[in-house]
Amino acid sequence: MNKLSLFGLLRLVISRDLMLAMRRRADVLTTLIFFVMVVSLFPLGVGPELGMLRKMAPGVVWVAALLASMLSLGRMFSADYLDGTLEQMLLAPQSLSVLVLGKILAHWMLSGLPLVLMAPVLGLQFDMSVQSLWVLVASLLLGTPVLSMIGAVGAALTLGLRGGGVLVSLLVLPLCIPVLIFGTGAVEAVTSGMSITSHLSLLGALLVLALVFTPWVTAQALRISME
Amino acid sequence: MLEISNLACTRGDHQLFSGLNFSLSAGELLQVQGENGKGKTSLLRTLCGFIVPAAGEIRWRGQDIRELDEEYYAEMVYLGHLNAIKDELNALENLRISAGLAGCEVDDKQAVAALRHMGLRGRETLPVKVLSQGQRRRVALARLLVGNAPLWILDEPLTALDVGAVGLMQELIGTHLAKNGMVIFTTHQPLEVAGVETRRLTLV
Repeated sequence: MNKLSLFGLLRLVISRDLMLAMRRRADVLTTLIFFVMVVSLFPLGVGPELGMLRKMAPGVVWVAALLASMLSLGRMFSADYLDGTLEQMLLAPQSLSVLVLGKILAHWMLSGLPLVLMAPVLGLQFDMSVQSLWVLVASLLLGTPVLSMIGAVGAALTLGLRGGGVLVSLLVLPLCIPVLIFGTGAVEAVTSGMSITSHLSLLGALLVLALVFTPWVTAQALRISME
Repeated sequence: MLEISNLACTRGDHQLFSGLNFSLSAGELLQVQGENGKGKTSLLRTLCGFIVPAAGEIRWRGQDIRELDEEYYAEMVYLGHLNAIKDELNALENLRISAGLAGCEVDDKQAVAALRHMGLRGRETLPVKVLSQGQRRRVALARLLVGNAPLWILDEPLTALDVGAVGLMQELIGTHLAKNGMVIFTTHQPLEVAGVETRRLTLV
């Protein structure tokens, strides 16, 4: 019997969550299909005027990504809470923050990463240039993990509450506004020929900040929810 | 090893128990008794650190468990009402993951041996959702076999188990106590371990 290292724990939690998701694929697909549908509805609703579509593209893709990532937040801890696995996680002799970080990363791989990969295809519907598509992908790549991390705090706080699903969106959406502003700002900057470094650096800073604080805050919130 | 002094627990405005004192040393077996709703599960969850006691102290090897935190968790196993197993995974995967979360890596051979000991031969690779309640409980209990934590806290370990499995549990607890382990449990079924006196704590 070997003692598990922190990295081993991180790998165990991520592989466990990915394995569970692969056996329950519908959950992953609903998020992605929701994202595709919301983004596709805009050109249909607004009409085929290319200038306008090009102008609103980054905002539409980003808002849709924000809403889609809210969809799966409720599931982040609730299944583990209901079957008692969360109790065992709180009793794990290693750092709970590392364990929570593993769950957040797995959540991002299942709900954030597919959106990032899908975004360029959807961007084509809005006649976005290749350059702005790349910037859109980069901004989503930096921004969606932040959404998962802030969302984790909300999900942990609303665990076990009735109507927690709606409440978590109300809690988390306002906190995601900076990510939305800098994410869409980067794409708008590149289309108007300005430098994108400031926007992407700020997104990166948000990512680092969230990476440091949110796992610990989430762990504390989980302890409160279990009482 | 485990000392409880003047412990009180309140849920909402309702006081479940107060002024509770007991201690448990190596090789001892303690049964918590009491009617439904008297706070047996709350006491066990307080001992796990889920619930902050309203008053009093819980000490493990002389130190408060809140200060020990992860060091204490490395030395205890808790099995609650919920089995903490995933329907989508098979018995083997469930056992390996729950052992991993408890801090020890178990290889396939050890896990299979533990499951077979719990009478699950031939069920190791079936998804847990096709197993019966009793078999699921056996999967959860198999975790006791793969760890080496001295303190076991078992909340109703015998629910859904048949006579054979109850015998197996008695034997399991017996061997654990012989290795200087400690067991605290609640049950409404008779559970006697040969050669060991069961201490009883009644919550009123």
